[in-house]
Amino acid sequence: MVDADKIEMLEDKARAIRLTVLNMIAEAGKGHIGGAYSCTDIIVALYYGGILRFAPDNPSWGLRDRFILSKGHSGSALFAVLADLGYFDTSELALYCKNGSILGGHPDRNVPGIEADTGSLGHGLGIGAGMALAAKLNNTGQRVFVLVGDGECAEGAVWEAMVFAARHKLANLTLIIDRNRQCVLDFTEDCAPLDPFSDKLAAFGWDTREINGHSFEEILAVLEEPVAIVEDRPRAIVANTVKGKGVSFMEGILKWHHAVPNQDELFAARTELAQQTNYQAS
Amino acid sequence: MEENSSNNTLLTPTLQEKCNWVRTETLKIHKIAPGIRVASALSCVEILVALYYGKILRFNPHNPSDEDRDRFIISKAHGSVSFYPILADLGYFPFDQLGKVGKVGSILGDIPDNSIPGYETINGSLGHGLGVACGIALGLKAKQSSRSVFVLLGDGELFEGSVWESIMFASQHNLDNLVLIIDNNRICMLDYCTKIINIEPIEEKFAAFGWKHFTADGHDIEELHSVLSAAKEQACSSPKVVIANTVKGKGVPKLEGDSLCHIRALKPEEIDALLREMQS
Amino acid sequence: MKPEVMRDLLIEDICLRMKDNKKIFFLSADFGSPALDQLRADFPDRFFNVGIAEQNLVSIAAGLGLEGFTVYAYAIAPFISMRAFEQIRISLALMGQTREVNVNMIGVGAGLSYDVTGPTHHCLEDIALMNLLPNISVISPSDATFMKDIVSYTLVNKKPSYIRLDGKALPRIYDQTAKPDFNDGFCQICKGEKICIVATGYMTHVALKTAEVLKNDGISVGVIDIYLVKSPDMDKLKASLNEYSIFVTMEEGFIRKGGLDALITSISSATPSPKPVYPLGFDDQYVFEVGDRKHLHALAGLGEDRIIEFIKSIN
Repeated sequence: MVDADKIEMLEDKARAIRLTVLNMIAEAGKGHIGGAYSCTDIIVALYYGGILRFAPDNPSWGLRDRFILSKGHSGSALFAVLADLGYFDTSELALYCKNGSILGGHPDRNVPGIEADTGSLGHGLGIGAGMALAAKLNNTGQRVFVLVGDGECAEGAVWEAMVFAARHKLANLTLIIDRNRQCVLDFTEDCAPLDPFSDKLAAFGWDTREINGHSFEEILAVLEEPVAIVEDRPRAIVANTVKGKGVSFMEGILKWHHAVPNQDELFAARTELAQQTNYQAS
Repeated sequence: MEENSSNNTLLTPTLQEKCNWVRTETLKIHKIAPGIRVASALSCVEILVALYYGKILRFNPHNPSDEDRDRFIISKAHGSVSFYPILADLGYFPFDQLGKVGKVGSILGDIPDNSIPGYETINGSLGHGLGVACGIALGLKAKQSSRSVFVLLGDGELFEGSVWESIMFASQHNLDNLVLIIDNNRICMLDYCTKIINIEPIEEKFAAFGWKHFTADGHDIEELHSVLSAAKEQACSSPKVVIANTVKGKGVPKLEGDSLCHIRALKPEEIDALLREMQS
Repeated sequence: MKPEVMRDLLIEDICLRMKDNKKIFFLSADFGSPALDQLRADFPDRFFNVGIAEQNLVSIAAGLGLEGFTVYAYAIAPFISMRAFEQIRISLALMGQTREVNVNMIGVGAGLSYDVTGPTHHCLEDIALMNLLPNISVISPSDATFMKDIVSYTLVNKKPSYIRLDGKALPRIYDQTAKPDFNDGFCQICKGEKICIVATGYMTHVALKTAEVLKNDGISVGVIDIYLVKSPDMDKLKASLNEYSIFVTMEEGFIRKGGLDALITSISSATPSPKPVYPLGFDDQYVFEVGDRKHLHALAGLGEDRIIEFIKSIN
C-alpha cells in the first residue's frame, strides 16, 4: 500500500506539470497536449515517486536509470518535469518551440536529461532494449523504462524490439504503454486495433500487467515491484489512460491530439486544473 | 483455368510422388546452380505441391495474369527454387529453362523475381510479401472477386516488424480471403531461430492478433493438404494462418538438423549419390 | 492572395475524382488534414487509415496497385520516404518496372516545413533518395497552382510517384489559371543575364525574393522552378540553362548528395565548357537548435542577406 501523503504529493505535482504544459503550449501556439496529458501521471510517478535513479546535476551519470520517451510528441510534459527537477532552468520552458531554444516540438539529446532523439515513432523500444542489454552485460543494475504510445505499436519496429527483449531476457527493461486508445485521426480500435493488448504482449513473452494509468496507487504498485519477479522476462505495463486527462473538455476528444486552446479554452482549462488543486488540498 | 485439369490434380499417393519428383528436380537444379538456397527450397516442397496439384489454388499457366486466378505470393523467395520445376511442369515456361538456372541470359535466377511467369510479385528482401498480399486481398474484395490470396512466409521472416504491421492490418480489415502459410523450418541463416530470437509459440501470437490458426506437419502431404483445404474453406471473418512445421533441408540427411544448412551447398558428387538413392 | 495549404487542395481534387473514378483508393498512415475529413466521410470504403505503420502503408498500396487500382498513400514526408524506403524500392521501383503499379505517395512536410517540430520531422533527404530509385517520378510543386493538375498527371502517368508537399500555407507564385506543363517539368519564371537560380518547392519562393532584391540593386538573375525534379525535359532545360553562364541551385535539402544540385551539375559538366554551379542548401549536418524556418535557414547560412551577398560576389 502506498502512503496517502505520497499520493497527494504526486497528484499535486501532476496538476502543476499539466498547468505548465498548458502554458507552454498556449505560449508557443503549438504542441501535442492530449498525449502529454495522458502520460503526465506516468512520468510524474517515475520521477517523483522514487522509481527512477537520476541526478539532475549530472545528467550523464553512468549509473542512472534510463527513461526513453518514445512518444516524443509528448515532450512538453517531460520538459516540464526535467525543468522542475533542475536539469535546466525553468525559464527555458517559456521558450518552448521558439527561436534559439533547446526545447523543440520533440525531445533530443541537446536537452539535459533526454536519453534519445525521438519524434519519429517506433524507435524508443529498440534503443531501450539495446541500453538494457548493455546494462545487463555490464551488470551495473540500471533499469530502462520506455514509454510508448499505443498508436505507436502499429509500427512493426516495436514488435521487432519486443521479440528481441524477450529472447535476451531483459528483465531490467520495462515498457509502459500509454493506452489512451487514440491516434491522430482515429481511435486505435478503428484503425490499427490492439485489443486484446495484454494477450499480444504475453504472446511475445513479456511479463504483462494492466493498470489504470491515472491512479498513482496502481502506477507505483506495479513500478515498485522488484524486477524479475517473473524470472527473466521484460515487463510490459498497459496503462489505461485518457487522452487530454485533467481538462474535461479535452478528455477523449480526437482533435486535442494537437489542437491549441484558444483564450476561452485556456481560461477554462486553467480554472479546472486550479480547482482540482484546491479541492485536493482541502 | 487449370484448377481441375486431371493431369495436374493428383490424389494423395501421387501427390507424394510429385513431392519426390520436385525434390529430385530441385537437387538437379542445385547441381548446376550451387548458389541456390537448397535447404530452404526443400522445406516447402509439400506446401507448393499441395497448393498446385491438390486443387487448392486456381491458376492458369496460359495466362498468368488471368483475373480469375488465386494469387500466390512467395515472400520467402530465396527458398522457392523448388517452385521452378512445378511452374515448368504446369506449362508456365518450357522445361529446358530448368537447365539454365543461374546461367547468363536465363530468366531463372538463384533468387526468383516477378519477371518469371507464375511469380506474382518480387521478393528476395524478406518481410514484404504479406503487406503486398494484404493490399491485393483488399483489392480483390473491392472488385468483389471470390478469389483468394495465399502467402508463403519463412518463420525467420516473422522477425521483420513490417510483417506484424500487416498481421494487424489483415485482422482489422477482416481479410478472410487471405491464407498465410508459415514454412516453420525453425532455422534462419546462422542458427536455430529459437537461439536467435525465439518467435515460438507462433500459434499463440497469431491468436492474440486475431487470426484463425491451423497447424500441420509440413511434410505429411495428406495432413498438410487437408489442413490447407480446411483453411481455405473455413468460413470465418478473420484472416487465416497455417503453420506448417517443416524440416529445413528435408530429404537430404546431411542438411537436416544442420543449423547452418541455409548456407550449405552440396557437392556435385553428393547430389549424384542422393539422386541415385532417390531413384532406386 | 491568401496563402494556401497544398495538401488540402490536392485532397479536395482527389476527393472530386473519387466520385466518378471508383478505382481510386486513399490510404493514410494516421495523418490528416481538414480536407481529408470530407474524403473519409464520402468514401469510407476506399479510405483506409492503416495506422502509424508507414512500411505497411506502402506495401498495402502496392498490392492494391497490382490489382489495378490507383492509390494515393499519404503520410508525413520524412517517414514515408525514409522509414518505408525499402518497401518503396521493392514494391514500387522494382515491381513498377515490370508491372503497372499506380501508387502515388504524398509526403507532407518537405524540407523544414516542420521547423520547430525538430530534426526527426525535418526532411532534407527525400529528393536525393527518390532520385536514386528508377521508375519513381518526383513531383515537387512550389505552390497550389499545381494541385489541380497533379491528379490528372498521376492518372495518365500510371507509374509510382512521390509528391513532396510543403507543410505550410504558401502564397501563389503562378497565376491561378496557369497550367503547369508536366512534359517540361520546369518553368523559367523570370529571365536574367548572367546568373540563373534553379530551385524547387519552398526555395523557389526564396529564389524569387532574392531575384527581386537583386533587381533593385541592378542585377538581373533568372529563376527556374523545377517541379519534376527527376524527369524534366532535358533538351528544353539545357536550352534554357544555356543562356546563362553561372548557376546557383537552391534546395531545402542536403547539398552535394544527389539532390537538385546534382541534376544541374550533371547538365553543366556534360557540356564542352562546363559552367560553374553553386549549390545552396544544407551542409553535412542536422539542425538541432529550435527555431522557425527563417531562423533555421539563417543558421545554415541560407539567410536572405547571406544569399544576396553571395550572389553579388559571384556576379
